[in-house]
Amino acid sequence: MSERILSVLVEDKPGVLARVASTISRRGFNINSLSVGPTHIEGRSKMTIVTELDAVEQVKKQLNKLVNVIKIVELDPDMTIETEVLLLKVSINKDSQTSVIEKASLSGANSVDVGQDYAVFELTGSSKELNKFEDLMKPFGIIEMVRGGRIAIQTNL
Amino acid sequence: MYMAATKHNYLITNASEIPQVLKEAKYIATSGRPGPVLIDIPKDILNQKSDWVEPGQLDLPGYKPTLEPNPKMIQQAANLIKNSNKPILYVGGGIIHSKANQELFDLATKFNIPVVTTLMGRGAFPDGHELCLEMPGMHGNYTATTSIQKSDLLIAIGVRFDDRVTANPSFFAQNAKVIHADIDPAEIGKVREAQVPIVGDAKSVILGLINALGDTKLNTENWINELNSMKTEFPLSYNQNENGPLKVPFVLEELQSLTEEEAIVVSGVGQHQMWISQHWNFTEPNTWLNSGGLGTMGYSLPAAIGAKTAYPEKLVLALDGDGCFQMTCQELITASTENIPVKIVVFNNGNHGMVRQWQKIFYNSKFSASELGHVVPDYVKLAESMGAVGLRMTKKTEVKNVFSEMLKINDRPVLIDCVVDPEDMVFPMVPAGGSNDQIILNEEDLKNL
Ligand SMILES: Cc1ncc(C[n+]2csc(CCOP(=O)(O)OP(=O)(O)O)c2C)c(N)n1
Ligand SMILES: [Mg+2]
Repeated sequence: MSERILSVLVEDKPGVLARVASTISRRGFNINSLSVGPTHIEGRSKMTIVTELDAVEQVKKQLNKLVNVIKIVELDPDMTIETEVLLLKVSINKDSQTSVIEKASLSGANSVDVGQDYAVFELTGSSKELNKFEDLMKPFGIIEMVRGGRIAIQTNL
Repeated sequence: MYMAATKHNYLITNASEIPQVLKEAKYIATSGRPGPVLIDIPKDILNQKSDWVEPGQLDLPGYKPTLEPNPKMIQQAANLIKNSNKPILYVGGGIIHSKANQELFDLATKFNIPVVTTLMGRGAFPDGHELCLEMPGMHGNYTATTSIQKSDLLIAIGVRFDDRVTANPSFFAQNAKVIHADIDPAEIGKVREAQVPIVGDAKSVILGLINALGDTKLNTENWINELNSMKTEFPLSYNQNENGPLKVPFVLEELQSLTEEEAIVVSGVGQHQMWISQHWNFTEPNTWLNSGGLGTMGYSLPAAIGAKTAYPEKLVLALDGDGCFQMTCQELITASTENIPVKIVVFNNGNHGMVRQWQKIFYNSKFSASELGHVVPDYVKLAESMGAVGLRMTKKTEVKNVFSEMLKINDRPVLIDCVVDPEDMVFPMVPAGGSNDQIILNEEDLKNL
């Protein structure tokens, strides 16, 4: 099944996230990724929901019924710019240090904190690029990794 | 927790929000597709002191119910209607919410279109009218269910193609095109694809259709004749023996014959509910209250108390099952102490009759947790202990007298323990997931299952 990306404009009110998430999950659909953040309009947030719905039309209608949901747009994958953020903490030692930092910088990651035995990198990019970076760091020992939800915007809007 | 069961909900975080939230909540609950709105006021907020804050303009950018239908869709619908030979108006609770029964009557009678009324739509079009086919579906009458199967055009207004109407949707109205009008866009196309989807309030939709059809004459005479002979050939029936146990349909007909005014009838869930919907003559909207698709056992008495409080002048009849009654019977105390003289008939078949019926038909009469017994509790004593009058009927000769006595008492709640046949089953019946072309009409038909 292919992924569908919904861009949902909502009122910035308590409980909205829970309502949206439960409306989707109640129907037994998985959410691959969900991110929420403010928009350029005050009092409005944007959710980007990535899911593998086949009944996307019905779910859009159900989401539209939520009082705090203002507008739902399904993004066309061919006209969508998508990005995701990652923070990754990896072990380093004297031997590995140079190689880790070199590999990270070749991948386009920024080092945001380097300590005695660890380094923290930040990387923004497509999910694929982030996956690749994770694989690259694995052999050195990942201590912790956090990825933000995927966000997306349509090019012609 | 309440999210799935409410239309919307609020959590108050400061007492000063309350006026604005109340204003919004009332608007949301009563507009569009109506539904409950829950306002959660935590204990610490209840203790807060706050100045009165006058509620302001409603600001609900995400809530704008569409009331006026798209004229293009109305025109398309009218074109389909003009070309139909076997149209059916399939209408439900949406007509009643929209107060569109008069407009529906005009549409049906002006263009001669037969009407089926769903469980929630009973009373939206008057029973007894030649064009009224009454309830279709799982326990609908033969003609109503079959009319949909034979129809070439369903004009569905304020209905949701519930499984109790459609049975297996792949066999439902296979020859029909569908016009589906509803105020809730999420209902349109959910179960059955609509050739003409219309989002809007039922009243505006119907007025639009009447207008768009203008002087059209529909050629439905043959269709109506066909349906009329079906009505004669396959009427609803029951078999009340002179000395045998009471049958609910018989009791209902006796009761209705004794009530001159239009009563508000409130039921529980189960066999009795289906029998009432089948056999009671509903001629006015809002005279039939039941929990519909939610199937809330225990609904009858509390809802009847609500109805009697709203309409003290009206005769309010809680016609309940014994199983359902046991779930909320303590509200009889509320009715007595608050002096709300509702009239309750408990159809005491000593069973969760509907469950028993399924166990009988589909589980080889392996009865499990469906038996209640006729004697415990003693409903007459129970009523008396809670400040109501308790009466009982067990045989045919008692029915009229006991009902007359009940109807005379208006200063207190009255309850009748109506002891009925536990073996009786509701027919017609289409088993869940079956085809509406295969209707079980009576016990005989069960042998061919
Ligand atoms: C709270 C609740 N529990 C279970 C059910 C399933 N159910 C539907 S009808 C029914 C039996 C109702 O029995 P009764 O009130 O005696 O009505 P009868 O069928 O005998 O007329 C049951 C258990 C339900 N609808 N609601
Ligand atoms: Mg019962």
